[in-house]
Amino acid sequence: MKRNSNSKGTGLGSQSRGSHDSGNSLGTGGGGVGGSSTNVPPFTHPHCDRQAMYAQPARMFRATRGNYDYDLVVIGGGSAGLACAKEAVTNGARVACLDFVKPTPIGTKWGVGGTCVNVGCIPKKLMHQASLLGEAVHEAAAYGWNVDDKIKPDWSKLVSSVQNHIKSVNWVTRVDLRDKKVEYINGLGSFVDSHTLLAKLKSGERTITAQSFVIAVGGRPRYPEIPGAVEYGITSDDLFSLDHEPGKTLVVGAGYIGLECAGFLKGLGYEPTVMVRSIVLRGFDQQMAELVAASMEERGIPFLRKTVPLSVEKQEDGRLLVKYENTETGEVSEDVFDTVLWAIGRKGLVDDLNLPNAGVLVHKDKIQVDSLETTNVGHIYAVGDIIYGKPELTPVAVLAGRLLARRLFANATQRMDYADVATTVFTPLEYACVGLSEEDAIKTYGEEEVEVYHGYYKPTEFFIPQKSVRYCYVKAVAERNGQQRVYGLHYLGPSAGEVIQGFAAALKSGLTVHTLMNTVGIHPTTAEEFTRLSITKRSGLDPTPASCCS
Amino acid sequence: MSLFKLLRARSLVPHRQLGIVAKSKYDFDLIVLGGGSGGLACAKEAVDHGARVLCFDYVKPTPVGTKWGVGGTCVNVGCIPKKLMHQASLLGEAVHEAVAYGWNVNDQNIKPDWQKLVKSVQNHIKSVNWVTRVDLRDRKVEYVNSKGAFFDDHTIEFVPKCGKRYIVTSEYIVVAVGGRPRYPDIPGAKEFGITSDDIFSYDKEPGRTLVVGAGYVGLECACFLKGLGYDPTVMVRSIVLRGFDRQMSNLLAAMMLERDINFLHTCIPDSVERQTDGRLLVKYHNTTTQAESSDVFDTVLWAIGRKGLIEDLNLQAAGVKTQNDKIVVDASEATNVPNIFAVGDIIHGRPELTPVAILAGRLLARRLFAGSEERMDYSDVATTVFTPLEYACVGMSEEQAIETHGVDNIEVLHGYYKPTEFFIPQKSVRYCYLKAVAEINGDQKILGLHYMGPVAGEVIQGFAAALKSGLTLKTLRNTVGIHPTTAEEFTRLTITKRSGRDPTPASCCS
Repeated sequence: MKRNSNSKGTGLGSQSRGSHDSGNSLGTGGGGVGGSSTNVPPFTHPHCDRQAMYAQPARMFRATRGNYDYDLVVIGGGSAGLACAKEAVTNGARVACLDFVKPTPIGTKWGVGGTCVNVGCIPKKLMHQASLLGEAVHEAAAYGWNVDDKIKPDWSKLVSSVQNHIKSVNWVTRVDLRDKKVEYINGLGSFVDSHTLLAKLKSGERTITAQSFVIAVGGRPRYPEIPGAVEYGITSDDLFSLDHEPGKTLVVGAGYIGLECAGFLKGLGYEPTVMVRSIVLRGFDQQMAELVAASMEERGIPFLRKTVPLSVEKQEDGRLLVKYENTETGEVSEDVFDTVLWAIGRKGLVDDLNLPNAGVLVHKDKIQVDSLETTNVGHIYAVGDIIYGKPELTPVAVLAGRLLARRLFANATQRMDYADVATTVFTPLEYACVGLSEEDAIKTYGEEEVEVYHGYYKPTEFFIPQKSVRYCYVKAVAERNGQQRVYGLHYLGPSAGEVIQGFAAALKSGLTVHTLMNTVGIHPTTAEEFTRLSITKRSGLDPTPASCCS
Repeated sequence: MSLFKLLRARSLVPHRQLGIVAKSKYDFDLIVLGGGSGGLACAKEAVDHGARVLCFDYVKPTPVGTKWGVGGTCVNVGCIPKKLMHQASLLGEAVHEAVAYGWNVNDQNIKPDWQKLVKSVQNHIKSVNWVTRVDLRDRKVEYVNSKGAFFDDHTIEFVPKCGKRYIVTSEYIVVAVGGRPRYPDIPGAKEFGITSDDIFSYDKEPGRTLVVGAGYVGLECACFLKGLGYDPTVMVRSIVLRGFDRQMSNLLAAMMLERDINFLHTCIPDSVERQTDGRLLVKYHNTTTQAESSDVFDTVLWAIGRKGLIEDLNLQAAGVKTQNDKIVVDASEATNVPNIFAVGDIIHGRPELTPVAILAGRLLARRLFAGSEERMDYSDVATTVFTPLEYACVGMSEEQAIETHGVDNIEVLHGYYKPTEFFIPQKSVRYCYLKAVAEINGDQKILGLHYMGPVAGEVIQGFAAALKSGLTLKTLRNTVGIHPTTAEEFTRLTITKRSGRDPTPASCCS
C-alpha cells in the first residue's frame, strides 16, 4: 500500500478539503484556502455535529488514486482512530474520520475522543486524584497543617470539574483535527461493500468510499443478562458524569476497571463492595493481584468472592435490591445498594459495522488482525480495543494507529510491538507492571529457569501520617541463568505508573538483573527499591526491609 | 572479639604487640571511620562476608549546638528530613487542590505547626537511628561513638567519653567521614547563621529567611520554606544549580520565581548582625553593580557548599593525600596508601549522593572480603532536586553532550507537557518540561534525560536503568506509554530543538 505522489496539501483534492477546514471560526487565524464552501457555520461547541453537514463538499472531487472519496476512512474517533487519521494526513493522505457515540441505557453520551478521554483513563485518573487528595488532607494534618480533616467531597462539583476538563479536551481534539485537516464526520458508519461505507448522520445518510479503511470503533462495557441489569445498573460509561452521589455502591467485577472505581469511590467516602466471580485482575500477576485486593480490603472495601448477581430490583424507596449467589456454596443472599456498577468486561462494537458486507470476519465481538493490523480483507485494518487478543490501552492504540498510518502512507515498515507494554491499575495503592507475570514467566521458561527477586519497602513519606506500608511491595521476574535478563517488573505503591514507565524503556533496552542492581538509586524515592532488590523467593529469606539509608 | 574485651585489654597498652588476634596481626579486618550511608553499607557488607569490622561514628555539634545520632547526613540532616519537609510543603498545596476537586475542607489561612512538623520529622529520624543501631548489633558490626583519627596507616586512636586514649589496629581502613556545610568568612556568620544541619530541628519558626547559596540544598530549603508559608529569599553568588543542565536550572529558577520566591542575583553577604529586636540585619553587595544593600531577616541559612571532614582525621600520620578538603581515590576507591580507602562525600570529584556512597561502600567491601572485582560505576547517576516542581536528570547535561560530542553530533528532543491532574486545580504547567539529549546518528543513543514536574525522582529512576541498558531514541519512541502519567511524555517526544518547532503540546490522548 504505497502512497501516490499527488495527494500532498497542494493537490486539488486537498485544497477542496482544506477550504471547509479553514473556513470556520475557530480563531486559528485566516489562512483559508479560498474554496467552494464559503457558508460554513461557526463552530460553537465540541458536541456540535454541524461539521458533518459542511463536510459534504469533500465529495465534490474525485480521487485520482482509485475512484474513491478518500484514501483512508477511519471508523471511530478514539485514541487509535484519531492517531491513525492524523498521522495519515500528515503523510499526505486524504482522510475522513467517523465518530459516533451511542447513548448508554440511562442516556449518557459524550463527544469526540473515544473511551480514554471521555469515560476512561482521563476521568478515572481525575477521580482517583480526587480520592488521593482526600487522603492528602488527612496527611497534611499529620504533618502539622492546621486543617480540619473531617471532610466530605462535593460529588456534583467534582463531576462538573471532571466534565469541564473532558469538554476542553474534546474541544482541543476538534481544533487539532481541523488544523491537521482530518475531515471529521459525526456519524455511525456501516459497510455497504468493502470500499463503501454508509454513514448515518443526524441530518441523514451519506455514502463514503475509500481506498482503505481502519476500524477503530473500540468497545463498551457489558451488561450481565439478569433481570434489572440494564434498567437499574450503570457502568463506567455513566459513573463519571453521574448526576447524583453514588452512595453505597455494588461494583460487580474485579478487573482493573472495577477495582479502580471501587478504590476512588471508597476514597471519596462512599461505601463500595466488590463482587468477584472468580479471580481478581485476571491476566495480571496473581500474587500482585491478591496484594492489590488485600490492600483494598485493608481500607475497608469488602469483597464478595465467588459470587454472581442474580437480579436487581428497584425498591419503593428508590434503592436497589440485589440478589446474588455464592457459586461455591450455592447460597443466595441479598443486599440493598444505592448504585450498581457493572464492570464485568467490555465488548467490541462490531455489531453496527455490517462487517459481512465488507467480508471482514469477526472473532466473538472482536476483529482478528495480523501483525500489520490487517483484517482478512487486504485493505481493511483494525487498531485499538476492537482488535482481538491485544492490550486494550490507549497508548497501545495510539502507537499502533500511528505506525499503521506510516506504513500505509509513508513507506514505513515498522510494526507495532505489543510485547512488554507497561500498565497501571490506579487503585488507592497503585499497581504497575511491565513484561511477564511470574506465572507467565514460569509457564514460558520453566520454574527452574526463573528467578524472582522481591521485597517489601516503606515509603519515607508514609511514616509521619502512619500510612500502612503492609502492601508496599516490588518484585522482579528474571532469567535465572546466563545474562539474567529481566522478564517482568511489578510494583505496588504510590505513583506506580510514574515509577514503571522508565523501567519499561529499560526492559525494551534489554535490562538485566546485574544492570538493575548496579543502577544507582535516587534517594529517597520508592522507585529506587527496584535497585535495592536482593532477596530471591527461592532463598526463602524474609523480604521485609530492615534498614533505611545504608 | 568483643570491642569491650578488646578495650579492657588495650586501655593501658597503647600498642599492638599483644597479638590477641588469631586471624591476623590486626585487631580488626576493617575499620570504618564514619557511620553514614557509605560507611555503614561498607561495614555491614564486610561483616556479611566474614570480616571483623569496627565502625566509628561521631557528630560534632554545629555552632548553635545541633547534634544527632548514627546514620550520617542523609538520615539526620539530609535527604530524609529534607524529603519530609518537602512532602509537608506539597501537602499544603494538596489541601488547596482538594478544594478544587470538591472536598469541603477549609483551606483559607492554613498554616503549618512548625514545632509539630519538626517533632514528627525528628521522631522519624530517631526511629531510623534506632533501627540502624539494632541492625549494626544484629550483624555484629562493632560500633564506637567516638571520633577516630589515624595513628599510623593501620592504627586508629580515639578518646571515648571516659577520657582515656585508646588505639585499635586494622588491616584495612575505610574513610567515610562525609562532609558538613561551609560557613562564609564574614562577621556574624557562625554566631547568627544556621545551615541545613540545624534547620530540620530548629526549635523556632524560621520566619523570613535568607538562604545564601543556590545549589540544590539552598533551593530545596527555600522551596519548602515557601511552601510552609515562610518568606525565603535566595542569594545567588553566580549561577543556580552549578553542575546541572543550564536550561533546566534556569527553568527551575523561573518556576521558583513564579511561586514568589525572591532571588538576589550576583550578590554576596558582607556581615550579619543581631538587632536589638532579635532579628538579623544582613549587609550584602551586588558583585555586578557594586551596590551595597541591607535587609532584615529572622533566619539566615548558609547553603554555600559543603566541605569534607578531613581535619580531625590526622591523615598525615598515615600519609594519605588530600586535595582541598577531600581525599583522592583511584577507581577502586583506594587512596595513595594501599590499605586505606575512602567512600562517600569525602572523596574528591564524585557525586555526593547517598545511593552512590552505599553502592560504592558495598562494592568496596565485596572486593576486600569476597573476592569480587566489580568496581563502582560513577557514570549516569540519576539525581533529583526536590523543589515544588521537582527536577530529575540522568546522564549528561546538554552542555556536557555538546562539549564531548560536538554540537553537530547531538540531537535534543524536548517538549512542554500538561499533567492531567493540574487542570482542575489550575496549577501552572508553564515549567512542566522535559528533554532528551541523544546522539544524532545511528539508533541515537541517549546521553541524558531531564525532567521537570511532579514526582521527578520516581519518573527518572527507571530511565536511569534504561540508560545503563543502552537506551536509544528509537527504543524510547517505541516504548508504549502508561496513560495518563507524566513519565509517558518521554515516549511522546518528537520535536527536536534543531527543528525550531514549538515544543508546546496540542492534543492529549491521540
